[in-house]
Amino acid sequence: MIEFTFWDIVRNLLLAARWTVLLSLAAFVGGGVVGMVVLFFRIAKNKWSRRMASGYIALFQGTPLLMQLFLMFFGLPMLGLRIEPWTAAAFGLTFFASAYLAEIWRGGVDALPRGQWDAGASLGLHYLQELRLIILPQAFSITRAPTVGFLVQLIKSTALTSIIGFEELVRTSNAINNATFEPFTVYGLVALIFFIMCFPLTQYARSLERRATKN
Amino acid sequence: MGYSLDFGWLADATGAIARGAATTILLIAVTTLAGTLLSILGAAGRRNGPLLLKRAIGVYVEIIRNTPFLVQLFFIFFGLPSIGIRLDPVLAAMLAMTLNMAAYTIEIVGAGLDAVPRGQTEAALALGLRPRQVFVKIVLPQALKVIFPALTSQIVIMMLESAVVSQIAVRELTYEADMLQARTFRAFETYFVVTMVYLVLSMGLRRLLVSGGRRALGAGVS
Repeated sequence: MIEFTFWDIVRNLLLAARWTVLLSLAAFVGGGVVGMVVLFFRIAKNKWSRRMASGYIALFQGTPLLMQLFLMFFGLPMLGLRIEPWTAAAFGLTFFASAYLAEIWRGGVDALPRGQWDAGASLGLHYLQELRLIILPQAFSITRAPTVGFLVQLIKSTALTSIIGFEELVRTSNAINNATFEPFTVYGLVALIFFIMCFPLTQYARSLERRATKN
Repeated sequence: MGYSLDFGWLADATGAIARGAATTILLIAVTTLAGTLLSILGAAGRRNGPLLLKRAIGVYVEIIRNTPFLVQLFFIFFGLPSIGIRLDPVLAAMLAMTLNMAAYTIEIVGAGLDAVPRGQTEAALALGLRPRQVFVKIVLPQALKVIFPALTSQIVIMMLESAVVSQIAVRELTYEADMLQARTFRAFETYFVVTMVYLVLSMGLRRLLVSGGRRALGAGVS
């Protein structure tokens, strides 16, 4: 039997936390890219493309993330893709994030006055140029606070990937707990590590929000 | 090798799915009541309580909001017994869900309390109402009306997050799905059906809350 000292526990948890960080970043970047596509559909002039995007968003916001992960994990192999916990986790969180980010940014686009579109059109810009040069920069800048807020939610959501077998912070902590029988210390430390990752971002989101309301 | 979908198992599984859904509904019902009550007390305490209480509520809110629900659940269910607090899975789940939801709704309720104009309190006091009556009868109903949409969303989010409590063997919807797929070897179909059940539950819950809120708080609730 291997003896775990307190520092062994901390060291192993910190090593596992790297995967939590990596997965959060991958899902945030991937979710941003897919979310942009969903956003384009969501604000398109075509009624059916708007409906489809709303349906996509409602589907991901109306079902548990855990179920989405399970469906990825068991569903993708049916399409002939070889899937491991890491890919299922990254794909699942990417789609989850895309729905939320698209909805956040859509709020930003809707908040802009109609005149911004008209002004763009009167300058002779076509639709894509209007979006790229006028609408999206403003929409992103006013939704920066909720976007950072969602990143916090995403980091916390990576904990669920432990259930489909991805070796991140929580799964490692389960293993350590099974070896040490010190759940109070182990889960307390895991909570602390998550707190250290999330709290600065929460504060940053809050300061962005304060700055936004001041203007 | 092709994979063909098979929903033949579904006929024998409806009982288990219904039982699981009932437990999920029970969990969220208890959490909604306890969590809303706790967040009203918390928001009021954060505004009018003694300094120490204000600080304590602030720390509690930050800790819960910046750690995953799953870790909170494990801490309560596996961690607390080592300091002598042993909870049965259902109780642990209810406690974790209530504590988690309240941390979010304390801020929501607080924003609602701030949105009620000061003049309302002053007018009520001038009419001779006691401070507690002013809070319960004048300020709180107006605050709840303002925050109702945000509160509804938070309750729905909590219902979806409750899928996680299957991990401490609470026999709710996700737990039943795990059991079913282990028996039928039809993992994708099982989780697909259960996901749809969750979708229906979340849409139904939202509709129920909005119509219930409209009845209790009067028109103007959306």
